[in-house]
Amino acid sequence: MSILLPLEVRGAMVRRRGKVLIGPVDLTLAGAGLSIIIGPNGAGKTSLLKMLHGIQRLSRGEIAWPCGLEEARRRQAFVFQTPVMLRRTVLENLIYPLRIAGMTRAEARPPAHDWCARIGLEAAAARPATMLSGGERQKLALARALIAGPDLLFLDEPCASLDGQATREIESILLTAAAKGTRIVMSTHDMGQARRLADEVLFILNGQVHEHVGAEGFFAGPVTAEARAFLKGDIID
Amino acid sequence: MSEIGEGFLHAFRLIIGLDPELVEIALRSLFVTLTALLIASVIALPMAALLAVRRFPFRRVTIATLNALMGLPPVVVGLLVYILLSRGGPLGVLGLLFTPAGMILAQVIIIVPLVASIAHQSLRDLWAEYHDLLISMNTTQGQRIATLLWDGRQALLTASLAGFGRGIGEVGAIMIVGGNIDHVTRVLTTAIALETGKGNLALALGLGFVLIALAISVNLAIHWLSRTERGGRW
Repeated sequence: MSILLPLEVRGAMVRRRGKVLIGPVDLTLAGAGLSIIIGPNGAGKTSLLKMLHGIQRLSRGEIAWPCGLEEARRRQAFVFQTPVMLRRTVLENLIYPLRIAGMTRAEARPPAHDWCARIGLEAAAARPATMLSGGERQKLALARALIAGPDLLFLDEPCASLDGQATREIESILLTAAAKGTRIVMSTHDMGQARRLADEVLFILNGQVHEHVGAEGFFAGPVTAEARAFLKGDIID
Repeated sequence: MSEIGEGFLHAFRLIIGLDPELVEIALRSLFVTLTALLIASVIALPMAALLAVRRFPFRRVTIATLNALMGLPPVVVGLLVYILLSRGGPLGVLGLLFTPAGMILAQVIIIVPLVASIAHQSLRDLWAEYHDLLISMNTTQGQRIATLLWDGRQALLTASLAGFGRGIGEVGAIMIVGGNIDHVTRVLTTAIALETGKGNLALALGLGFVLIALAISVNLAIHWLSRTERGGRW
């Protein structure tokens, strides 16, 4: 198991301008594989991911990393719903995190080329990343997050608004990364995707984790009435 | 012939004949302004990036002051630099009054707020776009500043060119600090002012056309040399 885990979250809450965005959240993240966060719009999926990753500062509570915060920050990565492309070439986008991690440009080029090929963007390596299509951007953002070999990867609806082919490619990269030991925590709106990928499910509603259970058990029979209604397709808030 | 026509003719003759005095004045103009621009950019661009990424007390006041200083009257800057550099002034011992170095100092003071303000506006927008990504990548403040400066280089070039435009056309400050001394501190703008004062309007116009041509040429040259995108490739 990664030295980042088990991740203990105790009474964590994020409040902005008097409004609670997420929390209080108590959960333990351990084991391997993929945790999928599901819930209706505005439930707090993105806020939960950003809080765990440290982009959202805690207003209360604590997130305890077994290896310490600094080490934990170095060993995790985040993929945003709308991928942010650095105004550089595709290859330079892949080199960037390795340079941040302390590699020289010469050291960073081979793995960057390797990832370029893996995501099918070899021919576009010298093109500006901002000129890629939505699916290509998301693949590049995912490769950029994975290139430094993070122990823990957070993804915020990475396949929202992508076509089937791009979604399939993203899922394939994620499953390969998970098989190689990267712990993945990802939110999605797509129940089919959740069923395909999830090892465990976090169902959240109104900023709180209502269920945190194994995927099979969750999809076979959720414990809470809210989760049952959500799976049935009812509107809940 | 009209004075404008005469001015064109005069400018044409001066340029075609590579008039030695014109060449000397034009080169001095370029030297003073490009040196001032280089120094100003080294100060202003990192300052703009720092203002974009770092939150500190009085940050807004600093930005507002910088914006206000864009309109700094060059004559007043010239006067202040003159006092600083004059024999009895705090920097009098350096002997920079009525030298190109003194003129450069005055231009740096005029250009820095302009370049910093324009650059800050561009970098602020870029920072808004990059903020979450660079935070999530666990970058240091130095790395964030370096990233903004590199990725925002096209916008920063525009900021620097605005500074060049302000410097090359500036007359008030360098007239006071430089003194418009022939073969020492005379530049195109002060030469134009002198010839106009003497009633030599055709020559003044000719110099004016040369100044405009020089400003446009330098802008085009810098754009061409530093263009980062060629046919969809970087």
